[in-house]
Amino acid sequence: MSAAPALRREAAPPRPNWQVMLVRPESMTFVLLVLAVVVASQLSRYFLDINYILKSFTLSAEFAIAALVLTMVIISGEIDLSAASNMALSACLFAYAQKAGAPLPVAVAIGLGAGLVMGAINAFMIVGLQLPSIIVTIGTLTLYRGLAQVIAGDKSIRVPEEFIGIDNILIYGVPLPVILFAALSIVLGVVLGGTIFGRQIYLIGTNEVAARHAGVRSKRIKTLLFLAMGLTGAICGLMTASRLGSVRYDLGLGGELQMVLMAMLGGCYIFGGRGTILGTFLAAWLLVIVTTGMIVADWLPAYQLCVLGVLLIVSIIATNLIYSRAER
Amino acid sequence: MLKRHLLKPLLGLTAALALTTAALAADPLKIVYIGKNTGNPYFDSITGGFEDACKKLGCDFKFVAPATAEATSQIPFIEAQIQRGVNVIGIAPNSPDAIVKVLDSARAKGILVLTVNGDITGNESHRDATILPTNFDKVGGDQVEMVGSLIGYEGEIAILSATTEAPDQNKWIVGMKDTLAKDAKYSKMKLVATVYGDDQPEKSTTEMEALLSNYPNLKGVIAPTTVGIAAAAQVVQQRKLADKVHVTGLGLPSEMRPFIKDGTVKAFQLWSPYNEGWLSVYFAKGVLDKSVKNEVGASFDVPNLGKTTINKGNSINTQASLTTFDAKNIDEFHF
Repeated sequence: MSAAPALRREAAPPRPNWQVMLVRPESMTFVLLVLAVVVASQLSRYFLDINYILKSFTLSAEFAIAALVLTMVIISGEIDLSAASNMALSACLFAYAQKAGAPLPVAVAIGLGAGLVMGAINAFMIVGLQLPSIIVTIGTLTLYRGLAQVIAGDKSIRVPEEFIGIDNILIYGVPLPVILFAALSIVLGVVLGGTIFGRQIYLIGTNEVAARHAGVRSKRIKTLLFLAMGLTGAICGLMTASRLGSVRYDLGLGGELQMVLMAMLGGCYIFGGRGTILGTFLAAWLLVIVTTGMIVADWLPAYQLCVLGVLLIVSIIATNLIYSRAER
Repeated sequence: MLKRHLLKPLLGLTAALALTTAALAADPLKIVYIGKNTGNPYFDSITGGFEDACKKLGCDFKFVAPATAEATSQIPFIEAQIQRGVNVIGIAPNSPDAIVKVLDSARAKGILVLTVNGDITGNESHRDATILPTNFDKVGGDQVEMVGSLIGYEGEIAILSATTEAPDQNKWIVGMKDTLAKDAKYSKMKLVATVYGDDQPEKSTTEMEALLSNYPNLKGVIAPTTVGIAAAAQVVQQRKLADKVHVTGLGLPSEMRPFIKDGTVKAFQLWSPYNEGWLSVYFAKGVLDKSVKNEVGASFDVPNLGKTTINKGNSINTQASLTTFDAKNIDEFHF
């Protein structure tokens, strides 16, 4: 699960194992996570309750799931900022369809299909027309949210009773969204770290021209990643709709920043080629622990924002330091 | 009836909690008020009422609020307060439906849930009671009467509102239009435009300027929002149009005082946000120690406010109608 071997020069002496293990961005995230749990449990005696922490995680589980796929997109050297708007538009289309009389499975299919189409639109402009992904997805971020408002208006649409409550489904006491997040982490972790496909994603992100010369079908892989991102966005949108019981155009507003934050906190390198699913997995928990800890300690939002900002800056400095050391 | 059934296990639970905690019966009631967002001066006044009443009755009080007023931003705060084991959650809801499920889980834990200064319209069964400043059905009519009396019940008027989706404002605007259409007293008044300043001072100012240029014969402007009325008054003051265009609406006395003093605004209306907090605490304390029945038609006494009745839909108003502020009484109010 490491990008380092691809960069190792033949003549350099092998790094001692303990150093390889410790000097990794994920280790940093892990240390911060442990630290956050300790500090949060000191801040408030109400914090250290596994049920409460799991429940709080379900509030961000959709963003966390999307962040896993986003991690792969970022490693490939691109970015997708439209995922949260995609969530809103897919959920609005789903809710609109079922309100207009479509049976539930059909409505779900419409929502998921919409997500795929949105992913395809991004892929067409980024991979097909070779436009920069940050600009394209800032555009679609606005467009998808706008369309959601056109469809849903200012009102919220209620979803059918049998669709509500994904967060109330407990498996061995763990809410379903958390299980889904953990399961997807394992699957994507294996894909990214243990398959040729995964290695190819790292290679594209490190040097796309070289990757293409080496026979990697970078266009096909990137298209696939954007489609996966689109579909995941739709799934997360429907999960949010199920959790809230109603859909509005502002569903998941600002979520793209949380997703990027999770990837960055987990040691993902914004210019591609580096990052791991494990890092994003840990970072999602870190973010939830930190925000939950501050909220249950009744901290004012202003302080919460400051802490989050400092956390991000610290993690970015650490990531850069660690990567520059690894390159030496 | 349903309420009584809910109340019993609730009281049993609080009693059980009090027994299990070390502090026993001396454990003070924990009350929290969750605002729409931080940095909103209007809520300082409500919070002041909560604080003073809690001090009087020996309750613990906390005010918390998310950074932004979007639909789901209050959810983690409600979860956290459930986890903290508070006895009462008062909330100014940011959404009529997104928070419904988490309010349910709060009530399942035996927490008394009150919506204060705004209700979850359409989902009223998911809270125990609502505390509103006045009967919101009558605000529209009162405001039309106010502007009518200022312009002599004749001429063009316009509305400068908050956002297009603000539920309270929209309800009042419907009330204004109804009153204008149905009451013969206002038949010579014509509503020419409804514009939205999004509760931002700059946008409200721009919209007010546009109203003045588009409708040169405009005689009155109703701004049923504290941001809007202050911006509108500012424009009229700068252009020295106070004799021609009458600005009224809902405003904060502290913000409107200079405009009343220099005659830019003759009169405006509002309620006392302070009393909402004050009443909420007395009501919550009463319900939890069983001295007040949370039933439609029941009544209870609140110091300084007198006898208060629980209206249809477990809705409680702090005052019967809007308070009018003018040069005579403006100095008596400090919020």
